[in-house]
Amino acid sequence: MSAAAASAGPILAVENLKRHYVTAGFLGRGKYTVKAVDGVSFAIGRGETFGLVGESGSGKSTTGRLVLRLEEPTSGRVRFEGEDISALPQSALKPVRRRMQIVFQDPYAALNPRMTVGNFVGEPLVVHGVAPDREDRMARVAALFRKVGLDPRFVDRYPHQFSGGQRQRVGIARAIALEPSLIVADEPITALDVSIQAQIINLFQDLQEQLGLAYLFIAHDLSMVRYLCHRLAVMWRGRIVELGPTEAIFEDPRHPYTKALLSSVPIPDPDRERNRQRLVFDPDTLRAAPDQPMVEVAAGHFVLA
Amino acid sequence: MSGILDVSGLTVRFDTPAGTVHAVNDVSYSLADGETLGVVGESGSGKSVHVLAMLGLIARPPGRIAGGSVTFGGRDLLTLSEAELRDVRGGQIGFVFQDPMTSLNPVLTVGRQIAEPVIRHRGLSPRQAWQRAAELLDLVGIADPERRLRQYPHQFSGGMRQRVMIAIAVACNPKLLIADEPTTALDVTVQAQILGLVRDLKARMGMSVIWITHDMGVVAGLADTVQVMYGGRIVERGPVRAIFKDPRNAYTWGLLRALPDHGQRVQRRLHQIEGQPPDLYAPPKGDPFAPRNPFATPRCFEQIPPLVPAAGAVPGHLVAAWYDLPRLLAQRGDAR
Repeated sequence: MSAAAASAGPILAVENLKRHYVTAGFLGRGKYTVKAVDGVSFAIGRGETFGLVGESGSGKSTTGRLVLRLEEPTSGRVRFEGEDISALPQSALKPVRRRMQIVFQDPYAALNPRMTVGNFVGEPLVVHGVAPDREDRMARVAALFRKVGLDPRFVDRYPHQFSGGQRQRVGIARAIALEPSLIVADEPITALDVSIQAQIINLFQDLQEQLGLAYLFIAHDLSMVRYLCHRLAVMWRGRIVELGPTEAIFEDPRHPYTKALLSSVPIPDPDRERNRQRLVFDPDTLRAAPDQPMVEVAAGHFVLA
Repeated sequence: MSGILDVSGLTVRFDTPAGTVHAVNDVSYSLADGETLGVVGESGSGKSVHVLAMLGLIARPPGRIAGGSVTFGGRDLLTLSEAELRDVRGGQIGFVFQDPMTSLNPVLTVGRQIAEPVIRHRGLSPRQAWQRAAELLDLVGIADPERRLRQYPHQFSGGMRQRVMIAIAVACNPKLLIADEPTTALDVTVQAQILGLVRDLKARMGMSVIWITHDMGVVAGLADTVQVMYGGRIVERGPVRAIFKDPRNAYTWGLLRALPDHGQRVQRRLHQIEGQPPDLYAPPKGDPFAPRNPFATPRCFEQIPPLVPAAGAVPGHLVAAWYDLPRLLAQRGDAR
């Protein structure tokens, strides 16, 4: 984070965000509430990479969807660039969406198979009336292709003609087309081969340097999170149980779930992997009260006690 | 060397409207009794297809075994009839696949699915088989087995379903367990439990294991021998420590370098392997990795390197490379 960026307010501030689903049992009997996201708060600075990690069902992806207003929160607020966007009607979200983009996990599912990749990347420019002139638009698309490491001669090809890594580059080119300030990346490398993951991670880093982007990076691969993120939050059962600078959490995890999670990651080194001590925790011993605040255990390092 | 499994010259093709896919090319190796082999590679490397072909599990057509033999228990699996293969699968060879939900039958109880192979392969009565199924659930760490046997797959979590799959796979005390990315779809804490379970079962039952994965961390903890595949070929193979500490193929080396270093956060740029995986419709003439290999020599583009003992390496460390990686790295002043 540059000094100038740090001095401004956060680009995104999420306050006590909740998403509860009411599920009816068989024939409407025995209603119960699933608290997918249950009081999540965090803020992301300009140009910062903030990681949201957790396992399936932790609420990390739902949190990303709530931030983007792809899903409506039950309660809580989302401030983006200082503006409360949680109460805006969907029709008023268009200018917000220009500044906040998403990169999905499965680049193939995110692409339209019948649209050339050039048109796919240029589509937001049309929708937002940025480059209505076709020639101007195609020039911008070619520049975006170069920026993400794709050959601009490929603009007329279709998604099936690309490999997984190239498709993810196409998805990233579209996401940066409108020069957003924040990208929500939901497991963007999970579906890619190992030799391609490093290419995409490096691309994320390069784009951040060039464009001053902030990322909300949602992931379960902790080694990549450690490499990429400045700060991170660990989610478990809809709540953030630990939040802080990445290195503080990896070096000095405080919450029993964080400890168990970190100790479960296989280490690509036979000697260290065979000596790894796995910590197990008992979920039933951890029942923080619903309104329990997090405790600051070190500078910027918070734990749900 | 002769072991419980001998694969020789296995070659698999898929004939599709777009052309012939060269999925597996001249794969040969032996698996010793009690050995755990980790097979590493990315999509299109042939790591999964080669075991599916061995077990007679590829659709033919479009698939076709274009050559080779797979000797198991004194017989060539590639020459067996479908009925004979069914006896081998689930009997002497157990297998577990990536997605436990699609591998289990949703309309049959878990107990019936575990008991069925025991009745079929071991000739137990249904009552004995049910008893055995309860023991197996207990063995794979599922509590309250009697009640759980009467439940259906959707009543189990992802990790529990994969335990059920493992119970089915080991139900008949197989000599060989083949696992294809069995933990890839699971959470990391659940993966850790499953890996612990497999280590434990292996120690108790003394079976050999082929574990297919793209995760070098999993291989580091589980495998005795590591086999790296690329473009349908074995490009390197050796004892686990040798592969991690002294890689001889540039692809293996690149793969290890592309991983973020554990235990320290140095904000260096991740090493990236440039380019894209090979086009299996039109495999390159030479070494399949040559176009992405910064160390490639002119010969790499012309001729496929054979898999031979690596110079000055530990016994059993084989590499397919026309270049001498340690020498080239020393020249660059580089090391892993």
